[in-house]
Amino acid sequence: MIKKKMIAMLLAGGQGSRLGVLTSEVAKPAVSFGGKYRIIDFPLSNCVNSGVDTVGVLTQYRPLQLNKHIGIGIPWDLDRRVGGVSVLPPYEKTGDTEWYTGTANAIYQNLEFMERYNPDYVLILSGDHIYKMDYEEMLSEHKKKGADVSIASMPVPWEEASRFGIVVTDENRRITAFQEKPKEPQSNLASMGIYIFNWPVLRDALITLKDVPECDFGKHIIPYCFEQQKKLYTYEFTGYWKDVGTLSSYWEANMELVELVPDFNLYEEYWKIYTETDSMLPEYMAPGSVACKCIIGGGSEIYGTVKHSVLGSNVIVGEGSVIEDSIVMAGAQIGKNVRIRKAIIAENVVIGDNTVLGEGQYAESKLDKRVYCAELVTVAADSVIPADVSVGLNTAIVGVTESADYPGGRLEDGGFIVKAGEKA
Amino acid sequence: MKALGMILAGGNNRRMRELSSRRAIAAMPMAGSFRAVDFTLSNMSNSGIGTVAVITQYSSRSLDEHLSSSKWWDFGRKQGGLYLLNPTITPENNDWYRGTADAISQNLNFLYKRHEPYVVIAPGDGIYKLDYNDVIDFHSDNDADITVVCKDFPEGADVSRFGVLQTDEKGRILEWEEKPVASPFRTVSTGIYVIRRRLLISLMEQCREMEWTDLVRDVIMRQKNVMNIMAYRLDSYWTNISTVKAYYDANMDFLKDDVRKHFFHEYPAIQTKVDDYAPAKYNTGAEVKGSLIANGVILNGEVTDSILFRKVFVGNGAVIRNSLIFKDSYVSDGAVLEYCIVEAGVTIPAGAVHKGTPEKPLIITE
Repeated sequence: MIKKKMIAMLLAGGQGSRLGVLTSEVAKPAVSFGGKYRIIDFPLSNCVNSGVDTVGVLTQYRPLQLNKHIGIGIPWDLDRRVGGVSVLPPYEKTGDTEWYTGTANAIYQNLEFMERYNPDYVLILSGDHIYKMDYEEMLSEHKKKGADVSIASMPVPWEEASRFGIVVTDENRRITAFQEKPKEPQSNLASMGIYIFNWPVLRDALITLKDVPECDFGKHIIPYCFEQQKKLYTYEFTGYWKDVGTLSSYWEANMELVELVPDFNLYEEYWKIYTETDSMLPEYMAPGSVACKCIIGGGSEIYGTVKHSVLGSNVIVGEGSVIEDSIVMAGAQIGKNVRIRKAIIAENVVIGDNTVLGEGQYAESKLDKRVYCAELVTVAADSVIPADVSVGLNTAIVGVTESADYPGGRLEDGGFIVKAGEKA
Repeated sequence: MKALGMILAGGNNRRMRELSSRRAIAAMPMAGSFRAVDFTLSNMSNSGIGTVAVITQYSSRSLDEHLSSSKWWDFGRKQGGLYLLNPTITPENNDWYRGTADAISQNLNFLYKRHEPYVVIAPGDGIYKLDYNDVIDFHSDNDADITVVCKDFPEGADVSRFGVLQTDEKGRILEWEEKPVASPFRTVSTGIYVIRRRLLISLMEQCREMEWTDLVRDVIMRQKNVMNIMAYRLDSYWTNISTVKAYYDANMDFLKDDVRKHFFHEYPAIQTKVDDYAPAKYNTGAEVKGSLIANGVILNGEVTDSILFRKVFVGNGAVIRNSLIFKDSYVSDGAVLEYCIVEAGVTIPAGAVHKGTPEKPLIITE
């Protein structure tokens, strides 16, 4: 019989709606990060580096890019005869067919998958954070404490603690209380959404709470285990961990990578991050190019200037163009004499000659104030921006746009153009 | 499958000097992230050839390592796949491979067991893109016994390191000279052959019988008046890397837009073993012009008209011009390199100055 000590369930079905148009085509875990990676590469690589060789990836929202990326798991050596990576979408059942309605509901719908591996422990992960963590170490703490459930947490500044789910512990790190976004936090340990469960404990909780609508780990499963007097401990993590859930946090996390010695170092031999590579080519820097404080992905051809930016694979930057403080994802083609400042340009975007992005004054977004609240220009994947136009701050562009979409050659600050259904 | 592939990657070459003391020529680093053999392997894979034997001998460990997982070229398959044929001692034979024909005739068992009608034989040091199906079609259209892929060189080009030949107007090979000091012929053999498997078997059985060891001297030259040996002319980029200068120039060709477009950006792609290095990082002080920069490189200094392979580090104020820096090398602060080839894993100390010439690039091995 198959027996795996610990298997991982990686929740990758969320849209990540606060990333705006970046996730209009792809699920958040499939969003590019750091030039050649996608967000899901971090938890997946952590699994492999921690010796977890069986991973279920739960997908729901826009799974095409994720499916293609994960494939049969070759980049992570997760193409295995027993275990390896399995993509788990919602499926039709006799009777009560439903989408994944909550994090725990999604796991519940895959009970059979987990049972097949007969695990002792189940690791619950989410696919939207950037970090390097040894789950094996968390497991050995879990075992040492004799815990039923371990929740990874990390200290956050006290003044920010009220934005997080906070765990309160005794001196042995046993959890004594939970506070969800508390006004007066009793601790500064924020839950990271990473759990290790003893399999029987998880199984019992999932089955008992199966009829709870939108069953969620934080809201239902953990409180239930707590009520049942299960032993809940926290595993304190002190390394780099970044939630890239908003456009500005996503932009900042990318920009931190170009520092001389970044907090989050991708160049270490130990604990490598693996990914499905679009390109194994070197990049070409033309005689007239300038590159400074930036990361540039393989296969790119740079004829212009790139400063303080992160570029993905196979990006073309034309002569005379200047890109500053921006993220440009794989396959984007930037024309000649283009100026781009503080922009997030998603994959395969085409930008015409002489166009200017990110010049103007901050103005409130007319599209969605909750999502677009920084100076950033955000351009969705496969969009086209014509030549000779100017785009203001805090703007969003989706689809194949033409000069006619820019009255007077300008997209005003805070404005947006969404041409849904059109593809380059 | 129409054909199986045999890659002759066993050779050493004195004219590669120090560079080939560490590795087989086929394992020489190329164009920032490739090895020479990747071009032939990818051509085979892209031509739908599913079974490829790589014949190795000299310094084969470097090649074995590169080919240890065949999945990158799509050869990790149930049917067919990648075979490494090292010399082996058997009751019938206890010799090394003494030549190209000997290398194949020592592996006749491999040919007996296959069922593909054709064999594509190619050296491991050619830099080119070619759909071998075009050659096979040409071969059968012309009722050829052997087809040799050739490249016409311009008038006045130095052909002294090649086999050169003369054909009739239909392309049948009439004359052949090996590495002539001077020759009126401008058509160069690329060392790529197409032949029916059964014919190859019978020719190789004869070679074994007669102790003939060389494909060109003992097979093609001897048979050319009897057999229909045809030249297929390749009109796209081709070079091989049989001398230090040729190797250096072949790399530098990738700094040209049209060469890069042909190999990097036109379908189908050349594949190589995937690394897991982060993308290259340009720190303050980096000044990179007209150069190819591979993954994992960290730049703090000046790089002009050069190729930096994977995971090279360039220190503050370092200056690199017209050079090839192999992977994992560390160029310390203030070092100056001009027309150099720096071996893998070498540390250039701070402030060191090394200069070669375009005709004779300086090879730095430690």
